Amino acid sequence: MKGTLAVLKRELAGYFATPLAYVFIVIFLVLAGAFTFQIGQLFATGQASLSPFFSFHPWLYLFLIPALSMRLWAEERKSGTLELLMTLPITTAGAVAGKFLAAWLFAGIALGLTFPAWVTVNYLGNPDNGAIVAAYAGSFLMAGSFLAIGSLVSSLTRSQVIAFVVSAVVGFGFLLAGFDPVLDVFRAWAPRTILESVASFSFLTRFESISRGVVELRDVLFFVSLIAACLVATGIAIDTRRA
Amino acid sequence: MIEIKSLRKVFGSGPAAITAVDGVSFSVRPGEVLGFLGPNGAGKSTTMKMVTGFLAPTSGTAVVCGHDILGDALAAKRCIGYLPEGAPAYADMTPEGFLGFIADARGLRGEERRSKIGGAVDRLELGDVMRQPIETLSKGFKRRVGLAQAILHDPAVLVMDEPTDGLDPNQKQQVRSLIRAMARPAQSPPKAIVLSTHILEEVDAVCTRAIIIARGRIVSDGTPEEFHARSRRHNAVVLRVRAEGVDVKGELSRLPGVAAVEAIGGERGKPGGFMLVPRDGKPIFHEVARHCQARSWEVDELRSELGRLDEVFRELTRAGGVS
Repeated sequence: MKGTLAVLKRELAGYFATPLAYVFIVIFLVLAGAFTFQIGQLFATGQASLSPFFSFHPWLYLFLIPALSMRLWAEERKSGTLELLMTLPITTAGAVAGKFLAAWLFAGIALGLTFPAWVTVNYLGNPDNGAIVAAYAGSFLMAGSFLAIGSLVSSLTRSQVIAFVVSAVVGFGFLLAGFDPVLDVFRAWAPRTILESVASFSFLTRFESISRGVVELRDVLFFVSLIAACLVATGIAIDTRRA
Repeated sequence: MIEIKSLRKVFGSGPAAITAVDGVSFSVRPGEVLGFLGPNGAGKSTTMKMVTGFLAPTSGTAVVCGHDILGDALAAKRCIGYLPEGAPAYADMTPEGFLGFIADARGLRGEERRSKIGGAVDRLELGDVMRQPIETLSKGFKRRVGLAQAILHDPAVLVMDEPTDGLDPNQKQQVRSLIRAMARPAQSPPKAIVLSTHILEEVDAVCTRAIIIARGRIVSDGTPEEFHARSRRHNAVVLRVRAEGVDVKGELSRLPGVAAVEAIGGERGKPGGFMLVPRDGKPIFHEVARHCQARSWEVDELRSELGRLDEVFRELTRAGGVS
């Protein structure tokens, strides 16, 4: 626990010690704003709702989160600090959790800084604030899922570029799992049950209802168990691939 | 303090498997500075990585301060200070932030945290660079940050993988005197120190004991003096004399303590001379000196050799390599 906290603190301080944190936050906010107001036409819809804002989050996360997660483990491997970290009295699970939580917290900070959008719709009308809170929570969970996938990919390589590209591609697969481009790959040979379970992994399908403020328990469970599974796999990858 | 029991590490499997460490056993007591020597790729680093709990051994184990590194890894890691090869550190952190993280990870709090960090910083004279990013520091300072990290919690066991590699002669000297001081610190009980190196002078400079490893096996274990004694040149005498028209070589080889006389070439204006190899490594310096005096030879140089470590090293590691 102490170890997890120490790792979390170091990681979080690490984001802000380099320009990474500021570049990431600024780009995230600019893109979130541009998508919402330019493409999402928030004003033109004439509704006091943030669903145009939230509906673009999966696409933002798709390439921004891998930029955050690519360094988690690949950098440690490359610079040799993995050896330092894993010979400190910290368990592998503690280190994996500390790193993940720091990145998730950082993503949460970026997400939290979009609050002016929420202030705006409240100023212009009377949105369903409960739905907005739920959508924020759902978006945060989805960010965590992208991060956990990125953490696993990053633990398998020493190259941050590979970690970025592979995480983005895997994330894209999860995003579109319920749609034809992905399903067509399986349709040719897989039985119907597999097809359905692949479709059930779709982030987009699950987030579609979340972005409207409808958070169902099974969607929460899906994201939470995906995060847990990826983190356990990260721990195994770190433990088995030391040399 | 450290007990290593038939450690073995095999990388890969099947016909491509490489045995990096092949049944290494030894123990280190408090106050001992053990030099771990061997050619590159002999298995030094791999052994250290297993002792410190980074790599899991294929078989065998290590017990550190009574804690098995496989059974109770955290307890063992708590009493080890480790400097990995190349002294890796988080490049974008400052030494202040980095040492703070190490202290946190080792569970130090409050006053103890402050005093332990302060102690390590003083010892390695890092005070002036505490707020500079580590990536901007010189190699010597980076190494010192790595050492500070390793000794921060005043560990009973200190493991260092090539602590002086790549440093300039002054920095090497500094690190060596630090290691000597750490083996028997003033306030705390003596530490067990293991350091790997392929620099032979280091063994004479800091170690109380040396183990030579080749191809994953221990080929020799003893004090630096014992290593010197194994050299053919141990107690040999180098002699350069001016003696016109005399068969110096012949006379010298008839001395009772001398086993062989080898001619050595002249260098930098000095005349050529001889190396006298003693019988059974017994000192022959005085015998030779007396003979020169008796014959009234003009002596340019007369000195005793300690023995060549590199010679012993080459012999041992080559012998170990024949398979």
